[in-house]
Amino acid sequence: MKKLRKYIDRIKPDFQPGGRFSAFQSVFDGFETFLFTPKETSESGVHIHDSIDSKRVMIIVVLALLPCLLFGMYNTGYQNFLASGLHDFPFWQIMAYGFLAILPRIVVTYVVGLGIEFIVAQWRKEEIQEGFLVTGILIPLICPIETPLWMLAVATAFSVIFVKEVFGGTGYNIFNVALVTRAFLFFAYPASMSGDKVFIASKPICGLGGTVNFADGVSGATPLGQIATHTEGALRIQNVTGGDISSWDAFLGLIPGSFGETSTLCILIGAAILLMAGIASWRIIISVVIGGLFMGWIANLFATPTYPASYLSPLDQLLYGGFAFAAVFMATDPVTASRTGIGKFVYGFLTGAIAIIIRVYNNGYPEGAMLAVLLMNALAPLIDWCVVQANINRRMKRAKRMSYE
Amino acid sequence: MNKLLKIKKGLDLNLAGAISDKSVAVSIKSGRLAVVPDDFPGLTPRLDVKEGDKVAKGQSLAHDKTHEEIKLCSPVSGIVSSIIRGERRKILSVIIDADDTNDEIIFNLTQNPDKGEIRHILLESGLWSRLRQLPYDIVPHPEREPRDIFVTAFDSAPLAGDLLKNPSVNQENIKAGVEALKKLTKGKVYISARENFPYSCENAELITIQGPHPAGLPSIQAGNIKPINKGETVWMLDIVTLSKIGELISSGQYSTETLVAVTGSEISDPHYVLTTEGAEIESLIKDSIAPGDKNRRIISGNVLSGKKTEKTEFLRFPHRQITVIPEGNDKDEFMGWASISPSKLSASRSYPLSRFKAIFSPDARLNGGKRAMIMSGLYDRMIPLDIMAEYLIKAVLSRNIEKMEQLGIYEVSPEDFALAEFVDPSKLELQKIIRSGLDYMRKETED
Repeated sequence: MKKLRKYIDRIKPDFQPGGRFSAFQSVFDGFETFLFTPKETSESGVHIHDSIDSKRVMIIVVLALLPCLLFGMYNTGYQNFLASGLHDFPFWQIMAYGFLAILPRIVVTYVVGLGIEFIVAQWRKEEIQEGFLVTGILIPLICPIETPLWMLAVATAFSVIFVKEVFGGTGYNIFNVALVTRAFLFFAYPASMSGDKVFIASKPICGLGGTVNFADGVSGATPLGQIATHTEGALRIQNVTGGDISSWDAFLGLIPGSFGETSTLCILIGAAILLMAGIASWRIIISVVIGGLFMGWIANLFATPTYPASYLSPLDQLLYGGFAFAAVFMATDPVTASRTGIGKFVYGFLTGAIAIIIRVYNNGYPEGAMLAVLLMNALAPLIDWCVVQANINRRMKRAKRMSYE
Repeated sequence: MNKLLKIKKGLDLNLAGAISDKSVAVSIKSGRLAVVPDDFPGLTPRLDVKEGDKVAKGQSLAHDKTHEEIKLCSPVSGIVSSIIRGERRKILSVIIDADDTNDEIIFNLTQNPDKGEIRHILLESGLWSRLRQLPYDIVPHPEREPRDIFVTAFDSAPLAGDLLKNPSVNQENIKAGVEALKKLTKGKVYISARENFPYSCENAELITIQGPHPAGLPSIQAGNIKPINKGETVWMLDIVTLSKIGELISSGQYSTETLVAVTGSEISDPHYVLTTEGAEIESLIKDSIAPGDKNRRIISGNVLSGKKTEKTEFLRFPHRQITVIPEGNDKDEFMGWASISPSKLSASRSYPLSRFKAIFSPDARLNGGKRAMIMSGLYDRMIPLDIMAEYLIKAVLSRNIEKMEQLGIYEVSPEDFALAEFVDPSKLELQKIIRSGLDYMRKETED
């Protein structure tokens, strides 16, 4: 450690204004503060500060995402092995396949996103903000595994620039950056983002896995995709080879779907980490779930063949698609969610309810969680405005009452 | 009548270097003392003395530019040795070398002084400058009559000493003080104390307060007992100042003696010191610093709202405490943000092992970089007032007067935000922001 510190101290002058590499000052600062806690002490106000900082906050979210990431690797391999007709499922080969499948996607999002962050930070002469550490891992998790890399790069660049940086950077954005990336992909390249083929990795990687032949009775449609295109007869949710998918499979996550979103179990582990560390708001998570259950129950009560998804039980609504992932990791983004206590309940409930409404009553979009969170991102300031206004009214009323006395 | 008020929000920090209840006060006479005008927000000082003048204890050193009757007086008899000025000749401090003459101004009062007389003697003796008013958390404007007066009888800040141990605090002085204040307001005098408050307070409302810091701040107490509305004024003081008012009224003498708690993880044996207001820090802590070679921070006051000082500087007002902690800028910590060490002090649950540790010795580092406001709802958990803290801070930053007013700027003092500033992962300077907002409001609405 001493050597590293000495080395950093030696090269530091080069990165200061006037130094050889002064154009990389922000990047250097970013790495220095990443490696060593800054020595800056308080100048005004409190003399001691809480040990938590934004790096800690972000890293805990990344930690909470790890179970989903690891399971996503397994599931990606598993789905490929299953669909390509292999009969053995060796654990490490499956994991290796999944790892190799996701690695380029994670690298692309981080390189593109962090690259833009570094440039903007240097341009603004600010420290590098940590927000993208989370966004960069979220993006590959919520996209289908077969999303082409160049699309991922374009969409990431678009969101980081136009959703975050033009508003002022982390902490000032209105919409969740990762979700806008996905929405951008969804609307710009619909063919590559939905349908039967994109959710399953179809080619062997480095000799691992097999080739999936979709013509051969294999369908990679997600449960929600199958439901949305269901026309008549009893609804059977099938896996890639035509076997039935139980609620238990959906809970564990061994179903086709976006990379990290399938396993409700892993999402629950993530939720537990976030809640125990006090990073995510329990108000939002609980009320999203309640909103989803409530709307799922209403839809189920008035189930009709016109809207096949209305036959799903409220609990199944939570297990399929990106609902659980959105409830735990997307709706709880503190920057884009409601910021007031009561506001969080309203925001969460509406997010959950609208996600189910879109999913059930709009056959064009098999999954509504993404659009619901984005819609509520836009409405969150309005909800907060109402809550703040109530506080103001209370104060004004009190003042008036006093002046009469 | 005894009312109970439970305060739930807030936080008690368990820091190393607390003072023991049995600690016996050491008496220390400081040869150099100072009055620092910055400790009296709202005043623009005009000097009444020049370097080399001989002053008596209680003699005016400076007065306010707009309200000339508000005075800052000398705590001892001695000679004005220097007047330190800063940018644009702003007076930073008036330093006095004490002498042994014990010249003292005695204030004569009639048997049963009326309102005018009490006001006059408070202003003349300099005790007036020890009071604070809301709105704005400044020295009270003499022309405004307070709606109510709030007295706090305890200091809930980290490592704070017991205010009731101060030699001025006794039944007689409290009684005389309350009687005097009663004449200055049509409203009530509230005394907020912890359980088992040993004194009786006729004429005052005694409120028993439970709950963590900031429950001891009079602005928090006022907000929970009877909030301040636009156009109203309340006064705030602590039980020591109240007792000194009582003492002044009954004896004609203003006692500038004060009991100071010397605390913090860098003090080898935390103890009380009986000294004079404005005493030089060096004289108070010289033998108490723990051994070891490292950078230290000496704070006049507590770790949340105190002022950073040097040994050659002075005890500031209203501090009745000195805290010494490690500065922390002389050590390297590798990837501190990833630490799982149990010695990390945090109000958040993101350092799980810290929960098993009882006492912490934090240093003065920010522990992170300044960021935009990211996490929500954290400030509100630390401020037991009906205030939307994040929105008030944003209104102040955007200098939106109407919004500040609507969100309750009149009800707060900067110190109310100290704990929120401590827990903030974005490391925003909330107390400084609120002070700038209060100053801006005052300038815009009063001129």
